[in-house]
Amino acid sequence: MACSCYSSRKILSGKKVIKKISALVALAFFSQGCDRNGEEDGAAAFESRYKALAGDATLLKGATVLTGSGERLDNADVYFADGKIVAVGSDLSADGAAVVDASGKWITPGVIDVHSHLGVYPSPGTRSHSDGNEATAPVTSEVWAEHSVWPQDPGFVTALAGGVTSMQLLPGSANLIGGRGITVKNVPGRNVMDMKFPGAPYGLKMACGENPKRVYGGRGQAPSTRMGNVAGYRSAWIEAAEYRDKLEAAEKGQGEAPTRDLRLETLTGVLNGEILVHNHCYRADEMSVMLEIAKEFGYKVGTFHHAVEAYKIGDLLAEADTCSAMWADWWGFKMEAYDGIRENAALVDKAGACAVIHSDDEIGIQRLNQETAKVMGAAARVGIDIAPEHAIEWITSNAAKSLGVEDKTGTLEADKMADLVIWTGNPFSVYSKAERVYIDGALAYELGNNELNPVTDFSLGTAAATGGAK
Amino acid sequence: MNRFFSLLAALLFTLTAVAETTAIIGGTVHTVGSEGTIENATIIIVDGRVTAVGSGIDVPDGASVIDAGGKIVTPGLFSPMGRLGLVDVSSSSGPVDSSQTNEHFTAGFDVADAYNRRSVAIAIQRIDGITRAATVPSPGSDGGHVLSGLAAIVNLGDENALDKRGAAMVVTLGEGGSRFAGGSRTAAWLTLRNSLDEALDYRDHKGDFERGMRREYQHSIADLEALQSVISGDTPLLVNIHRASDIETLIALTGEYDLNAIIVGGAEAWMVADELASARIPVVLQVTSNLPGSFDQLNARRGAANILAQAGVLFALSDSQSESNNARNITQSAGNAVADGLSWDLALRAITLAPAEIYGVADNVGSIEAGKAADVVIWPADPFELTTYPDQVLINGVAIPMESRQTMLRDRYLQMDSDKPPAWRDK
Repeated sequence: MACSCYSSRKILSGKKVIKKISALVALAFFSQGCDRNGEEDGAAAFESRYKALAGDATLLKGATVLTGSGERLDNADVYFADGKIVAVGSDLSADGAAVVDASGKWITPGVIDVHSHLGVYPSPGTRSHSDGNEATAPVTSEVWAEHSVWPQDPGFVTALAGGVTSMQLLPGSANLIGGRGITVKNVPGRNVMDMKFPGAPYGLKMACGENPKRVYGGRGQAPSTRMGNVAGYRSAWIEAAEYRDKLEAAEKGQGEAPTRDLRLETLTGVLNGEILVHNHCYRADEMSVMLEIAKEFGYKVGTFHHAVEAYKIGDLLAEADTCSAMWADWWGFKMEAYDGIRENAALVDKAGACAVIHSDDEIGIQRLNQETAKVMGAAARVGIDIAPEHAIEWITSNAAKSLGVEDKTGTLEADKMADLVIWTGNPFSVYSKAERVYIDGALAYELGNNELNPVTDFSLGTAAATGGAK
Repeated sequence: MNRFFSLLAALLFTLTAVAETTAIIGGTVHTVGSEGTIENATIIIVDGRVTAVGSGIDVPDGASVIDAGGKIVTPGLFSPMGRLGLVDVSSSSGPVDSSQTNEHFTAGFDVADAYNRRSVAIAIQRIDGITRAATVPSPGSDGGHVLSGLAAIVNLGDENALDKRGAAMVVTLGEGGSRFAGGSRTAAWLTLRNSLDEALDYRDHKGDFERGMRREYQHSIADLEALQSVISGDTPLLVNIHRASDIETLIALTGEYDLNAIIVGGAEAWMVADELASARIPVVLQVTSNLPGSFDQLNARRGAANILAQAGVLFALSDSQSESNNARNITQSAGNAVADGLSWDLALRAITLAPAEIYGVADNVGSIEAGKAADVVIWPADPFELTTYPDQVLINGVAIPMESRQTMLRDRYLQMDSDKPPAWRDK
């Protein structure tokens, strides 16, 4: 991935220069960070400062391996070193590597949740912690979820115990366009820069349906209807297209570049394909309309989130190459969730579209494997057989695709990040737990190992920190 | 003519008697009763009740037989907490019958009057094994009260759905209760004490009150009447509470007023497990709630069920996610409790017999034993596994249709190559 960092020196080199390069500066904000070996000498603001925990070259022996790329290998080994997967196969050996007997265990890629509000709606859920919805205007593309993230949320640690190695932290769904989402490695640090997934694209949170029209309609302002919602998105994209056109013209020396506008900068990133759209949308008819808006303005809906009725339009979603990030069985808590069925993800998958199981919940994120299992069982009742090696893709490689990091993580292929989980058994059994979780080749969590396991500042002195003492 | 009718009546009687006898044969039956687990067992059901369960029992002539060979058979599952039949769609879609903001009554609010056995949600739960449920008033989010009213026990069958009115009196204390009582948990306790004191005063001076010779009460007569069975100890308080110190206060209060109580939530109940066991206060535990959602739950953790079990506390399993539309997910709660160390048998008990005991209906339901209502679930495999769904559910001996609005939606969209718009497809 090309590094688009610009040193602060360049940015500070004079007003004129700033204006001229503003389009290029904007580009720096479309990617979360740059390769550490990048040619540029400085660090852009808000760049990832993620550093993997220390880890040794490790050889895991004799496990049932679900690769995340559709394969199941029995009695197989996984070797990783320098934070990367080196090899997966039979009878591997590696001089000097730490060897872990994983016989009887299952190994999968690390679980990825594409929809979390950890850090932005952290525990405890006090009003002072409510930082996920900038519900002051229906379009707030200028806000970035990362600027709300509290790394001391104890939910990061409990998610880690569920095998989650990466996740996207999103703004809430009060707004038509709620702001940027951020993809992080599940290694809580002192600030969000310490967690940012290097090189991951940003997401843009959009929301259909009941939430925006309730929030703003309730105040007697637009939108108060679904058609009002749609007018709101389209108006925003018209502004963004104009901004983009002016930027492009200025680059060609045709006219002055517009004054930098955070709100339109993010939308321009979507139009340029550098920021991925994550669109909260429940109903089939509304998702269909959103695909039309994308067609009108020439952007792509990367993922519909919640997508409770995705099963009704699997063909349209496959054609648009749009992922659906779904719960296994949430339904009925609001009108637009009334038609939820447990087979949703299976029917989306069967239609050839990208299925993802997500949580949107600090408890649910701890067992995305279990949620996936519910769908497998429900699908089997109607003759749709979903093998474990396929189902695991819904919470690993398909999720990585949704976040635009499928070239970096989500499978156990060589040269990918060594993000993986050793499960005590079949991950789709309710009795199985994550026994070891590795992130970039480092052991980040081990079941029952209170010496090793992380404790966020908030949890000091509580049961979470002491393994349950009074 | 008379003879003809008596013949007909006899014939009908015979047919009816035969039709109402069912034998479930060959399964591994987890009775959750004194018989324990029985391999290759036979269950005989007559007129909706179990008459016999065991191995080597003869199947009566003419009984309809359900072959459960190779299957797991359990009692029907009992959802211990939720608003089943009181809510259609909780957000912005008509009344939510579980809560109210009327100032004139609190304790007298009896959800049994609103329970809708035809709710779309009922079939969705029962085809996954839920046959009984506590349906419980909730304080609501704004303008609620410390006392929310009376819970009911229902069955999810198609007839005589209401099992028990006034099964518990719902009370919200702790952080939630303090919001309703003026911003302090102390005020919430005082509100409860005042309600109990008024009920006692009313009991002792009812005649004077009716003659206008007693002080006015804050509560309405309907509330005071409803509270009589609470102060007599017949109706337990169902207390929404998490914090260990609040639980200690509750234990003291139940002693002082000689009340019965049930804790729901109980994130920190594990810290006072021995005290709860001594006070004989059961807990409806939210198994997977292991995060400090509020400062009341600062020491929430996994593995709490096993700590309660070892201390001898009676407990049922629930989950914050499983309390209304997804009561069906209590099998997941049970499975997770087992993963955290609880025995499989106790986990099954915690979603069948234990809630029946907690709500005082264990003489009728909760286990597969002679004399009890025939709520039976036949599973193809371990019911706690998330890939397992019931083959058949019986409620009061009746094999229910294994379909719901969700299975209908599923079937309609199974074949995407249909050239008909959905509205012209399967109905």
